Amino acid sequence: MPVHVRTLDLPGPGGAPAGRMALLTLDSGDPRRPFTLGPATLPELGAAIERAERLVLDEGLVAIGVTGANGVFCAGADLKAVARTPSPEEAAATGALGHAVLGRLATTTVPTFAYVNGLALGGGLETALHCSYRTVSTAARGLGLPEAHLGLVPGWGGTWLLPRIAGPDVAVQVAIENALAGNKTITGPQAARLGIADAAFEPADFLLQSLRWTASVLAGESVVERPGPADEATWAAALARGRAVADARVHGAAPAPYRTLDLLAASRTAGREEHFAAEEAALGDLLVSGELRAGLYAFDLVQRYAKAPAGAPAPELARKVTCVGVVGAGLMASQLALLFLHRLKVPVVLTDVDQARVDKGVDFVRSGVEELLGKGRIDADTANRLKASVSGSVDKAALGGADFVVEAVFEDLAVKQDVLRELEPLVRPDAVLATNTSSLPVTEMASVLQHPERLVGFHFFNPVAVLPLVEVVRTPSTDDAALATAFAVGRSLGKTCVLVRDAPAFVVNRISTRMFDEVVRALDAGTPLLEVERSLDELGLPMTPFRLASFVGPAVMLHVHETLAAAFPERYRVSDNLRRWVAAGGPDLVTRKGPVEETGAAEGLFTTGSQPLSGPEVLARVQDALADEVRRVLDDGVVAGPQDVDVCLVLGTGHPLFTGGITPYLDRVGASERVTGRRFHPAD
Amino acid sequence: MVHTPQPGRSVVFADGVRTPFGKARPDGLYAETRADDLVVACLRELLRRNPALPPERVEEVAIAAATQSGDQGLVLGRSTALLAGLPVTTPGYAIDRWCAGAMTAVTTTAASIAVGALDVALAGGVEHMGHHPLGAGMDPNPRFLTERIVSPDALDMGKTAEALHDRFPQLTRQRADAYAAASQQKFAKAVANGQVGADLVPVAVAGSAQGWGLASADELARPETTVEALAGLRTPFRPHGRVTAGNASPLTDGATACLLTAEETAAELGLAPRMRLVSFAYAGVQPEVMGLGPIPSTEKALAKAGLGVDDIGLFELNEAFAVQVLSFLDHFGIPDDDERVNPYGGAIAIGHPLAASGVRLMTQLARQFSEHPEVRYGVTALCVGLGQGGTVVWENTAWEGER
Repeated sequence: MPVHVRTLDLPGPGGAPAGRMALLTLDSGDPRRPFTLGPATLPELGAAIERAERLVLDEGLVAIGVTGANGVFCAGADLKAVARTPSPEEAAATGALGHAVLGRLATTTVPTFAYVNGLALGGGLETALHCSYRTVSTAARGLGLPEAHLGLVPGWGGTWLLPRIAGPDVAVQVAIENALAGNKTITGPQAARLGIADAAFEPADFLLQSLRWTASVLAGESVVERPGPADEATWAAALARGRAVADARVHGAAPAPYRTLDLLAASRTAGREEHFAAEEAALGDLLVSGELRAGLYAFDLVQRYAKAPAGAPAPELARKVTCVGVVGAGLMASQLALLFLHRLKVPVVLTDVDQARVDKGVDFVRSGVEELLGKGRIDADTANRLKASVSGSVDKAALGGADFVVEAVFEDLAVKQDVLRELEPLVRPDAVLATNTSSLPVTEMASVLQHPERLVGFHFFNPVAVLPLVEVVRTPSTDDAALATAFAVGRSLGKTCVLVRDAPAFVVNRISTRMFDEVVRALDAGTPLLEVERSLDELGLPMTPFRLASFVGPAVMLHVHETLAAAFPERYRVSDNLRRWVAAGGPDLVTRKGPVEETGAAEGLFTTGSQPLSGPEVLARVQDALADEVRRVLDDGVVAGPQDVDVCLVLGTGHPLFTGGITPYLDRVGASERVTGRRFHPAD
Repeated sequence: MVHTPQPGRSVVFADGVRTPFGKARPDGLYAETRADDLVVACLRELLRRNPALPPERVEEVAIAAATQSGDQGLVLGRSTALLAGLPVTTPGYAIDRWCAGAMTAVTTTAASIAVGALDVALAGGVEHMGHHPLGAGMDPNPRFLTERIVSPDALDMGKTAEALHDRFPQLTRQRADAYAAASQQKFAKAVANGQVGADLVPVAVAGSAQGWGLASADELARPETTVEALAGLRTPFRPHGRVTAGNASPLTDGATACLLTAEETAAELGLAPRMRLVSFAYAGVQPEVMGLGPIPSTEKALAKAGLGVDDIGLFELNEAFAVQVLSFLDHFGIPDDDERVNPYGGAIAIGHPLAASGVRLMTQLARQFSEHPEVRYGVTALCVGLGQGGTVVWENTAWEGER
């Protein structure tokens, strides 16, 4: 990954040269890999800046610029190198090296310019922030400071520079709000609007226009206006907003967002060197923290590991899918039909038992297409194409042309078996059959088929358009072609697929239900509802247990509990209180939004014991139950390894990165060793 | 004399630009830059230099290339219009007459403007000879040779230049070398005077080994050239020949483009026309002496305009080879060092990216017109492989009239 240094004549007005400058190009040398700052490249960048500084002295250069290549400016710190950092001292030294190298861009004798041609994340964006001026391509995407999301702070000057350049509000938005919103990034035009970049130019001649702008800034013809220091009220409001976001997202359970906020707060009055030292101290603490290790682990899982699903057959075995059938026209089936239609853009045929339901399903899909059009996600021609590609019928023979048929009828084994039995003679002999079930045994469904080798389980998570996980279930008879087709379809749908063996409730529901069961046990024992709700804050889940239960639907929860209690009666049970809740219509027990408060619906609903647990006791029991269940899932061979469990939990139920999904967390808090006598992952 | 107006509306050359010209070599300026991107740079610069022109008023983009494949292959006028950010409503086409490609793009769009089919056009050309060596991928019909339609030498431009020396023994190597050295000196002076840079659009250039750079000046000129040094060069096209790398144009990468409008449209939009198109003509000659092409094309264009060669105050002649320019000058009785001819030097110094050169001549003529309000008429002309010549006669809009 070289850093090139080249000198060039700045283009002045009328083609007249306007002085020479040195231009540094951050170049990974490989269009498929972004440039990152690591143990080799950081010193190389330092050497390049030094070379440019020497050229300034020797040849009278008037400016130093930095740009990237292949649509990437700089992807920030090399995460692999970060993950290897062994001691707090070395961690702090990494911070100091970053400050020393990038900081040189702020202390040269001539102005420095960052030409942000594309992706600029973390240390990459900080590289630009150290420069005197920044231009950005209007086509640039992926600008941000994702550190707080991963378990770090923007510690190469970001927390000091960004509020000075763009104000505290923007700093909180980028470093906290966007980072914690699943690592949201901004575009070039947004960066310019927010004042992070001083000028934006179209990509066709971005560098030329940036160089011309450089010449005009140096000539005093273009003047950059920056907001002065923000007043105290603006600072207070921004920081309060950031804290509220952090609380809502991680409930104090992960240190990184709070350290970031503390640094932002301190930057208001701190001097540069003093503040950089504080950033280094924070990096020293966080780089060795379990949360960061888990964060980097989980980031790698979703970015890399899950892209090649463990145990999946060779992709080339997949059959081409040119028409999709959906059996059932209920809400779930209609959502699936819309998803298939939108992503695969192939004809989708819905069937159901009566015309009214079929019409309703087709209408749902067509209005979903209209909605996509209204949001600008598809253009009018595509909308027409999609609306014309969905059809419905009460006659299952309409599925005769489909090569992939997914059933999403009522969650009942006998019903699903009937549907499959009826379906088999009607569809093409090579059609893949998929069942969208959350907990029914796929093997037993396959048992009614003449050709059980073509049945796969295809378990989506609600809402299907949003949650990125599909559990692809293999039965003992599923063949590689059917499985490969299911993986290919899942990938085309934009989902991450995890291969699971046919076992009760697969992975996500099995583990989540074990957790919820432990929570309900605490409630049954007499623990106050709110105490129970707050007990799992440390896990950083997107919703408290009863909020999630209401979101999923108490009846669905009950159904999964019953399935698992039947399969594993020694560990799972169905609480009478859960039955009472469903019998009462499943009213919301806690508020759905804002701070978690009781709605009052729980009053008199439950019969509870008189041995309440403390929050920490509930948490410990949940940890133990999770460690036990994850170990069993692995021992049962449901998935290939703990990584697959973690992928499922991160993508299927939104477990945060800083717990690594769940297994790194269970190792860190000692639950795995406590319960099973061994860790999921080797100790560092 | 006053020229005879041609039929149709008056067409003006409003502005022209070009990229710096680079060596067509692996170490040249544009080794890692696409040909179509060079065109895009020119089109965008024209729009930027002429803010009075709403982009949606551009009704045609005609771009020439001698090789129409690879990065010069996707209907250049249309694809570069899209890449340059012109509205999707702007049509475009690719055009080819080898070295007269850009000139043909200009005359063809100008004719469309003259008959009222459109008001505003962008016309230009490109040749990335590093990516597309002349003749690469060509499959000449064997009948050319079996039926002796042309000699095999007609497809080797250097040999056609040697043939000109044969035909006109008075065109000696010494005259060619002296002309070439003068071209280098005139160009160096024009660069120093800022007469060249003013119409260059710099191009950011990728370099996988050096990082991003900026092409802001031509790289082919050899201002240190002397007649003595030229005399020592070898003659690659024929043993003891006369044509050398020093008295011929070098292999070049580069692009050009210009803005043409109906004169009334320029007035409507508030554009400042630099030249008025008087007449144009193309003519064929024996392919073996293709360098003679500009003679009949110029005679024809002048005849159409009702002008004589004495009416022409400035000549921009493409210097494919020194001998080819000299044959033109001898024919019209113009001295080798006449100051009306190529005042900024020519292709021998600047380079000759085949299909792009025509508009370079026009852009330079336009600048010279503005420096010479006493000159009323100018000629741009070039020779074309396989035996053609092309000439456009222009009138200086800055002409101050008889004094």
